[in-house]
Amino acid sequence: MGKTIIDKIWDQHKVKAVTNEVDVLFIDRHYIHEVTSPQAFNGLNQKGIKLRFPSRTTAVVDHNIPTKNQHLPIENEQSRNQVETLIDNCKTHGVELFGIGHEKNGIVHVVGPENGLTQPGMTIVCGDSHTSTHGAFGAIAFGIGTSQVEQVMASQCLLLSRPKTMRVEVNGTLGKGVTAKDVALFIIAELGTEGATGHFVEFSGSVFRNLSMEERMTVCNMSIEMGARGGLVGIDQSTIDYVSSKVGVSNELKEYWKSLNSDVKAVFDKEIILEGSNIQPMVTTGTSPDTGINITEKISASVRNSEKGLNYMGLHESDSIMGTPIDYVFIGSCTNSRIEDLRQVAAIVDGRKKANDVIVWVVPGSNEVRKQACEEGLDRIFENVGFEFREPGCSACLAMNEDKIPSGSVCISTSNRNFEGRQGDGAKTILASPITAAASALTGKVTDPRTYLN
Amino acid sequence: MKKINSTAIVLNIENIDTDQIIPAKFLKSTNRDGFGKHLFSNWRYDDEGNPKEDFAFNQFESESEILIAGNNFGCGSSREHAAWAIADYGIKVIISSQFADIFKGNALNNGVLPVEVSQDSLRVMMKYFSKHKSVKIQIDLENQVLKAVDQDIVLHINFDIDPLKKQFLMEGISDIEYLIKQEKEISKFESTHKL
Repeated sequence: MGKTIIDKIWDQHKVKAVTNEVDVLFIDRHYIHEVTSPQAFNGLNQKGIKLRFPSRTTAVVDHNIPTKNQHLPIENEQSRNQVETLIDNCKTHGVELFGIGHEKNGIVHVVGPENGLTQPGMTIVCGDSHTSTHGAFGAIAFGIGTSQVEQVMASQCLLLSRPKTMRVEVNGTLGKGVTAKDVALFIIAELGTEGATGHFVEFSGSVFRNLSMEERMTVCNMSIEMGARGGLVGIDQSTIDYVSSKVGVSNELKEYWKSLNSDVKAVFDKEIILEGSNIQPMVTTGTSPDTGINITEKISASVRNSEKGLNYMGLHESDSIMGTPIDYVFIGSCTNSRIEDLRQVAAIVDGRKKANDVIVWVVPGSNEVRKQACEEGLDRIFENVGFEFREPGCSACLAMNEDKIPSGSVCISTSNRNFEGRQGDGAKTILASPITAAASALTGKVTDPRTYLN
Repeated sequence: MKKINSTAIVLNIENIDTDQIIPAKFLKSTNRDGFGKHLFSNWRYDDEGNPKEDFAFNQFESESEILIAGNNFGCGSSREHAAWAIADYGIKVIISSQFADIFKGNALNNGVLPVEVSQDSLRVMMKYFSKHKSVKIQIDLENQVLKAVDQDIVLHINFDIDPLKKQFLMEGISDIEYLIKQEKEISKFESTHKL
């Protein structure tokens, strides 16, 4: 019987089996940020122990920080305190920190890959559920709680039960205007938010083979939204080329990476097979990420769409989602804030004007993305169209910093969660791809991006 | 934790995400305590901070140590603050038909026991305990059994738990204590590890 890439990576990191079910698993890379690390550092300090392998840990500030005037002190006292606490903790424990304003700062899941820290075959954790993003590189990457953050700090290991495995194969090709985000929302709508609970998912099939690394990150990012412990894509030339462009990679290592791919006869606990040509631009209609529909479809009160969710959104069964008025557009977050996302948005809006009453925030995932965008003149395109091009951070994805959507307002957002109040108390979120968000910004209502593609 | 004997709060909502359990605006603390008062904040209080009468936590016995909640409890964000808020409020057991993985781990690391029952059993329990708010449920971790006996109901449900987690809960061992003791083997592993 063949082995899956998940089993192979797991076995390479197994320090020992504790019971039939539970292993001590070694963690190669630990990312930390200001919100879920302070209590873990407190725990270490109380126990009088130091970080076991500081060189395997990298810190950023992203959740709490403003995306305007980052050179000024953070106004919110509690946010400032969390950021300062991280600076102190990193100093005490010898952890590399890309702090606010640092040229390498940005959202943790954008910064890791961008700096070659995320590599194939690794085990990667962070106190953030979207750590699954790093699975795009053929890595076992997953979010953990703060108690586990402390465990990794103290021992570089976790006590984990071996996961079940699932393969989600998407075959064929994607149509015009259909992006990686639409693929993610489509899979989540098929599986439901609990459909992959207990599993690590391998995304495969020709659609994934043809996605760029940034696009693969977008889909892996949202693995958690299907309940998965993590999601990954096998290692191919695209993976190797991307990592080699960031850090030196020996031929021996490249061969090792390739050997980790799932064997032809690998058996997964569960297999899902979907067709890429069936996917259209997707938008969500409720308060759970699995409520996505094809943008041309009518809203339905399906199993996934609870009445509670539709009521919260102020949407009605059998209405069209297309044409729904919007107040805000948020283009950013660890799902869609990379340079390719910004290029796609710029291509749609170049030379046009945003709708009058709509506020549009474009928030790059990192300073590096911002710099690249400016070099390509995307900043001027955004300014001319009436978008605000900000400094990097998690921004309006999660209502922890100044960027909040006001109560009752509708925001079309490229982020990953449309939970009640996720973008601010009473805010209503419609999840979509960067180009759907961009097209909607031009009209002030939910708009099919294909209208703007020649 | 060995035995819990308590009334229950019934929260008949599916897919309760950790943003509802503890909204992000309360995550700015650098300590683990004091989150209980913000548990389900947006559902529990109105804009003026007054309890909303139609929310379960304002209808059931406030000293309940058991929460019965809809399928896929704790999905979304990995924030352990959700488990801290639940524990700080005084909830020791959550009964649902499925838990999100990260939340489940966080709960166990904070001495909160997630008990999984079938969808059918969950439906029956929700219906019964919504009406009979003073009836107690007994959770016996050692024998992995959930029991309740009342006029119109006899519940006797065996539940699963990972044997190691059970041992840790019973004996009050934390994962970190165990891992720190594996130092020699971990160092040996690291010294020859490829990545």
